[in-house]
Parts: sequence; structure tokens; C-alpha cells
Amino acid sequence: MIGHGTRPRTSRMVERLMLLQMSSMRDAYADALLELGSKDTRVVVLGADTSVSIKTSLFADRYPERFFNVGIAEANMIGIAAGLALSGKIPFVSTYSAFVPGKCLDQIRNAVAYPNLDVKIVSSHGGLTVGPDGASHQTVEDVAAIRAIPHMRVIVPADASATRALVTESWRTPGPFYIRLSRATVPETYSSPAHLEIGRAEVLREGSDVAIIACGVMVNEAVEAAESLSKERISAEVIDSHTLKPLDSDAILKAAKKTGGIVTAEEQSVIGGLGSAVAETVSESYPVPVSRVGLRDTFGESGEHNELMMKYGLTPQEIMKASRKLVASR
Amino acid sequence: MEQAQIPTGMLLQKTVKVRTDILEMVAEAKSGHPGGSLSAVEVLVSLFFYKMRHDPKRPGWPDRDRFVLSKGHAAPVLFATLAESGYFPVSELKTLRKLNSRLQGHPDLRVPGVEFPGGSLGIGLSAAIGMALAGKLDRKGYRVYALLGDGEMDEGETWEAAMAASKFKLDNLTAIVDRNGIQQDGLTEQIMPIEPLGYKWKAFNWHVLEVDGFDLRQVIEALEKAESMRNRPTVIIAHTVKGKGVSFMEWDPAYHGKAPDKDTVRKLVEHMRQE
Repeated sequence: MIGHGTRPRTSRMVERLMLLQMSSMRDAYADALLELGSKDTRVVVLGADTSVSIKTSLFADRYPERFFNVGIAEANMIGIAAGLALSGKIPFVSTYSAFVPGKCLDQIRNAVAYPNLDVKIVSSHGGLTVGPDGASHQTVEDVAAIRAIPHMRVIVPADASATRALVTESWRTPGPFYIRLSRATVPETYSSPAHLEIGRAEVLREGSDVAIIACGVMVNEAVEAAESLSKERISAEVIDSHTLKPLDSDAILKAAKKTGGIVTAEEQSVIGGLGSAVAETVSESYPVPVSRVGLRDTFGESGEHNELMMKYGLTPQEIMKASRKLVASR
Repeated sequence: MEQAQIPTGMLLQKTVKVRTDILEMVAEAKSGHPGGSLSAVEVLVSLFFYKMRHDPKRPGWPDRDRFVLSKGHAAPVLFATLAESGYFPVSELKTLRKLNSRLQGHPDLRVPGVEFPGGSLGIGLSAAIGMALAGKLDRKGYRVYALLGDGEMDEGETWEAAMAASKFKLDNLTAIVDRNGIQQDGLTEQIMPIEPLGYKWKAFNWHVLEVDGFDLRQVIEALEKAESMRNRPTVIIAHTVKGKGVSFMEWDPAYHGKAPDKDTVRKLVEHMRQE
């Protein structure tokens, strides 16, 4: 299944590895927390026995009195975070995205979102990025689940610089957040420091034939797809919609009007995620065809992250295929 | 611990007021949870009219003691107690559960004095831990009280929280279990046996006290003992009766979530006030 098709992609990856600066979102998150921790004593961090893996342990080392490891008890962690927020703290709650929100959606809904508390849920290892761990540890539905809860803001950063910028913005913005990070080391799309705003999509590349709207690790794939499409004389706009909620509907409608067709790309189920959000927006205000690249209502499986991305169609090639089809249909 | 004179007469009067408020408000609302509200009256009166440092004129006072109603379906007893304390007018109680009222079916932060939106069971103790941790961090002397239903003992999160509170040595936290023996579907010991309950909490390294939850003096003495305990959280298992004070409601699981009609309540209230 992956044997033959993988080769060109692997070599391209190696090429990009040499050209591009690779970075880790976890490291960026840990850096951001250290900085916020020094600026603001209200910042506290909660972990559930995964803090070494997702590097919040660096905060624990620096500010032990402001770090609470609750063990493998995600529901309790969210409830405690609510209590801390109700007492004037700004809790950052972190573990794997398979478990938060997976094991505590009720607590997020009732104890955090309903009272609109200042709790920042930053989950790592979203999507397929845990690779060999398999479907139990991968997430396809986390964003959709959280997006449907009132008051929740949902952020999926593209790289380390974006992570750092958006985590810091979430600290500045009162209210509950879900920020979903990838475990993968990804090429840097943004220069550091990135200047990003919650709720404002970034146009990374101007284009006129099709708009590719992506989030998370798919942003880099979208940029790559647009570069290749330009060789086929297809002018693709690339937009990083790092904020899935509140969605930057102005930017999306502008792109719809400009290009007349949209391809979305996300490392999660196409049900309820970015593709859904974009389709909801354009269908209500300016209907254009929307083609969604993402997981087609399926769980993942064990395999290297790259292999899984190939198998489940989360590649520049899939984005290109969808873009060509949209352009050809007009 | 200095033993101040406990004003039992005044407190007794408050229990009558709160109990009659509860009956009137659920009758007016035609729905709600009278059983588990009536069982918790003495506990809330002991806290709000004697033990807790709080100021109804300053619900956001940072040094106030906090009360978390984890068994959020007992909202009527909380709202009645808050109103009788002066957080908002008693007349507002009749808006319970009605459209555009801030007195929602379950506690909501819009109501002054409400510290946590309980309702989905099992979360309140966790939230109380967060408040207690913040108090320690800020070197504040406030105490946090959480009232849990005995049905909530079924929830896994309760025990996650129980472990965490003893890990963090939260001696500023007191949990109270309203041990009325009945949950929605029937008797707790039939639906999901939770005994031996005191041993369970002991095994989680809590300081455990058991009291008659209708004896104001016992409740208050237990609250005082909890305050003097160092490095450990205290749980007070308050033995109560669901529907306390209304003979036909007592021990009847049907009154977990059913309101009596207004005529019946009028007679009951007259009777209670005369007693």
C-alpha cells in the first residue's frame, strides 16, 4: 500500500528537511509557558502523568509550587482547573489530545465552558502524530467535539512559532480555549516570532484559481501543494485558519469570492472540523464548491506518521488532486 | 478550639425558613428536587449562618470561605439559603426554573453566592480542590466546603478527587456527604452499594467524621474539628433522610425529583411554622 508511493514523498521530505528549519510544537509550548510563568504568577499548569512527554515538566522544574500533577485522572484535572480559574488563576491543562477532551468532555462542558472560565486546554499529540501507538492514542474527533460546545475557542497551530504566538494570545484572551498541538516535528511555516491573532486567518500565499484553507500540520502540506500547482499554472491561495472557532469568516468569504472554490486540509475527521466549519460559512453566505481533505470518517492505525499521512490521504498530492478537480469543474 | 456558644435557637429558625422556602419554590416551579434539598438543610444552615466567613454584600470577597454544591440538583436548598442570607431577595425564589430567571434548575454563576455550576455529578469536589489549592498558593486562610450527594459516590471522578486532595494535603478543604441513602433509581445500597463509606474515605487518607446530619450541634462540632485538622482533608458523612420534614416524602425515592402540589405545600408550610 505504501511501498511504491512513499518513495518520492520521502525524498522530498529529506529535501525539505535540509532546506527548512524543523521545529517542535511541544518545545515551543514549554518555552511559552516558562515565559508566561515568569510574567504572570496567576499562570498555573496541570498535568496528568504525561508532563515529561509533552514537556510541561520544564514548567514544573522552574515553578514547582504552580504545577499540579494529578496522575492519570483527566476528569479530575479539568475540575481542579475550573476551581483554580474560579479563584483567579489561569490554568494551562495539558496531556494527550486522545484523553483531553476524550476522557473529560463532560467536565470541559459543564465546569469550564458553561461558566466561561479562563482555562486553557493545550493538548498535544493530536491527529495521527503518535503514529505507532495506533488508533487508541490518535485523535480524529477532538476538534469537532470541542467546536460544538458554546464558549469554547479552538486553535490548531501550524508550527512552533505559531504555537508560541497563539498560546501567548490565549493567555491574553479571557475565556476557555482548546489548543491542539502535534507531536510531529514540522517545518517552520512562520518566521519567529510569528505575529498571529486569535480569530484572524493568515493568508500565506495569494492565488486566484482555488483557495486552500488548512490548519495544523496540513498548513505546510498546503504550501507545498500550492507551489507544485503553480507549475501546472494553477494559482492557489493558501490560508492558515489556525483558529477554527471563532472562524475568520471574513477571510474565508473573501477567498471564496476571489477564487470560486475551496479545498480544506486538516489532520482529523472531515466531520465537524475545519472543512465543516468552512462549508457552513460559505454555504450560508456565498456558496462555492468546498472539497475536504482529511480523514474520511475512519480511525487511524499503527504506522509511522508519514506512512499514515500517505495512507489516509493527508498529503500535498491529495490537496493538489482536489484542487485540480475543482478548477476543472468550472 | 474555643467553643463559642452555638446559637441553636436562631439556627433552628433558619432551618424552618429554608425548608419552607424549598417547598414553596419547587411547588411554584412544579418541578425540581425537593428530597435531596430537604436532607441538606441543617448542613447548609450550619455553614451559612454559623461556620463560614462570608459577606452577602461582597460575594466576590477574595478571602471568603467557599461553598461548592456538587450535588447541584439540590439547587433549591442553596438558593433558599443564599436568599435567607441576603445574597438576593427571598421573593426571587419563586422564579426558580422559569424562563429568564437566573435561578436555573441547577446552580449557575449568575447567582450571587453560587461558587460553582454543579449539576453534572462528580465534578464539585475537583473544583473545590482547585479553590483550595489556589488558597494555599495565595497564602489565604479561606476554607472550602463541598457538599456531595451519596449517589455521587458512584462517580469515578469523586475518587480521583479524593486521592488528589490527600496528595495535596488540603486541610483547608472539607467535603460533606449527604448520606440520605437514596439515589434517583432507588436505595443506594441496591443501586450501587457504597458501604463501608467511612472506610473508603479513610483508605484515601482523609480525616473521616460521621454525624447525625440533622443535629446542628453535631454538624457544627464536626466542622470545627475539620478546621483544626492539619495536613489532611476532612470528610463529614452526614447521616440524613431524604425529604426530611415532610412525612410522605421521607424515604420515598419518588421525591428525588418530583414537586408536591401547591395546596399540599400550603398546609405543610403552615404546619412547620406552627411547630
